[in-house]
Amino acid sequence: MTRTIQQINERIRSGSAVVLTAEEVIDAVKQDGIKTAFKKVDVVTTGTFSPMCSSGAFFNIRQSKEKMKIGGGFATLNHVPAYAGLAAADIYLGATALPDGDPRNGNGRPGKFRYGGAHVIEALVAGRKVTLRAGGYGTDCYPRRERVQEIGLEDTNDAFLFNPRNGYQNYNVAVNPSDKPIYTYMGKLKPKLGNANYCSAGQLSPLFKDPYYRTIGIGTRVFLGGALGYVAWSGTQHNAAVPRRKNGAPVRPAGTLALVGDLKQMDPRWLRAVSFAGYGVTLSLALGVPIPILDEEMLRFAAVTDEEIVAPVVDYSRFYPTGEGEPVLGEVSYAELKSGRIRLKGKTVPTGSFSSYAKAREVARHVKALIESKAFLLTEAQAPLPGARGEQEVRS
Amino acid sequence: MKQVRTVLFFPPESVEEPVTYHLISDHGLRVNILRARIDPGKQGRMVVDLEGDDSQLAAGLNYLERIGVEVKPLTTEIRHMEETCTACTACIPHCPTGALSVDRDDSWAVAFEPEKCILCLSCMEVCIYGAMVLGEE
Repeated sequence: MTRTIQQINERIRSGSAVVLTAEEVIDAVKQDGIKTAFKKVDVVTTGTFSPMCSSGAFFNIRQSKEKMKIGGGFATLNHVPAYAGLAAADIYLGATALPDGDPRNGNGRPGKFRYGGAHVIEALVAGRKVTLRAGGYGTDCYPRRERVQEIGLEDTNDAFLFNPRNGYQNYNVAVNPSDKPIYTYMGKLKPKLGNANYCSAGQLSPLFKDPYYRTIGIGTRVFLGGALGYVAWSGTQHNAAVPRRKNGAPVRPAGTLALVGDLKQMDPRWLRAVSFAGYGVTLSLALGVPIPILDEEMLRFAAVTDEEIVAPVVDYSRFYPTGEGEPVLGEVSYAELKSGRIRLKGKTVPTGSFSSYAKAREVARHVKALIESKAFLLTEAQAPLPGARGEQEVRS
Repeated sequence: MKQVRTVLFFPPESVEEPVTYHLISDHGLRVNILRARIDPGKQGRMVVDLEGDDSQLAAGLNYLERIGVEVKPLTTEIRHMEETCTACTACIPHCPTGALSVDRDDSWAVAFEPEKCILCLSCMEVCIYGAMVLGEE
């Protein structure tokens, strides 16, 4: 027996679809076994809430009466520079952008990075105004050369989040075997393996539950930052061709998603600016993807547990920055990571995460509720991600 | 015997006073310094456990007040903003006393027990959400 996405959507519309979160399905399969559970379960919802530097938003700023061409000029929002190499009124603000005056990691001290592009995006999503400063060189059709104005999302024609990369399928566990502390995008790492930082929701994380991208592809509808969004493309650095376990789970960072969603529908509960001491500003974002349980294999994938997926432990004092030394110091399961300590090189190392499991669970439950209330129907992917199994490569 | 954990704020004029010596030798207190930052000529701050009987403690605190050292309970010092915290757990391996902990069996919520805190401020540096704040900030 198999079922189609259309059949699942019919059941969602009629209110009879059975939707479980990626945690709940683990218990259901443990209790009933794959065959019996498959007969019941239509959809499994996943979730993650985690920083992702490859985030940003496009804005189309509503023109004033006298029009201006920002393209080829410059634009800042609350002093944070936006990209102004597009058309007259389009700009892109990246999450990691910093005001010119920020000391960064100057004076030999790790910077605090209290304000950047992500903070501007968060402020706008929270309904606050920010100061636009823009300059252009003036043309016959766009005579205005300067504009300073308080703007909110209501002053834009369009505002959409576009993340070139999100939803990483597995990620490194970062450690520091050196004898001094280091500040990285995986947080502060204490010397001599003082801590191990990871960043995945593990058994709740979307791509761990569809390891061969059988259902998640280009065009898949997702929950993003509080709004409905879509998979726009495979994410940057997407790499399906990594070693995998028998259950399909990659043992290295693998697939990624490029995501798009309407910023005007997003909510600060699901989108937060963050500051990494010594590293920079970035954006934490909720992502939830429902997995249609088309057949028993999809259920097996969706019911994978933290015990069955592993992450590589990487030296961020030497191998990551320089490419020298041992590439992978070991592999640990997400169950071990979540226990609070791992064993590495004969040492017990305490763990910390940047991906919030509590929030990931909230996301999965929220998406489940959206589906149950018929506010979220599943989509067929329009094209597979590179390396998707059993799908013909249709992208050129 | 009673033990109090407290924060001592030194105004610039008493930074060079041998406060710990007086607490121990004049008032018979056992003083355990958990954390201290004292810059000559500037203000200083020290987190201490003071141990003694009621009269010793009263005399010691009286002495501190006399020389202008402000004595504050530890709990007013650092706060965990639950609304801001996402319970990511990044702070957990940095907290040396277990004042910050996470319920791994059930809710995955992060809890803060101020009485275990020694104000090392490590959590403030590593919290990317700014969920740990000092004083009345």
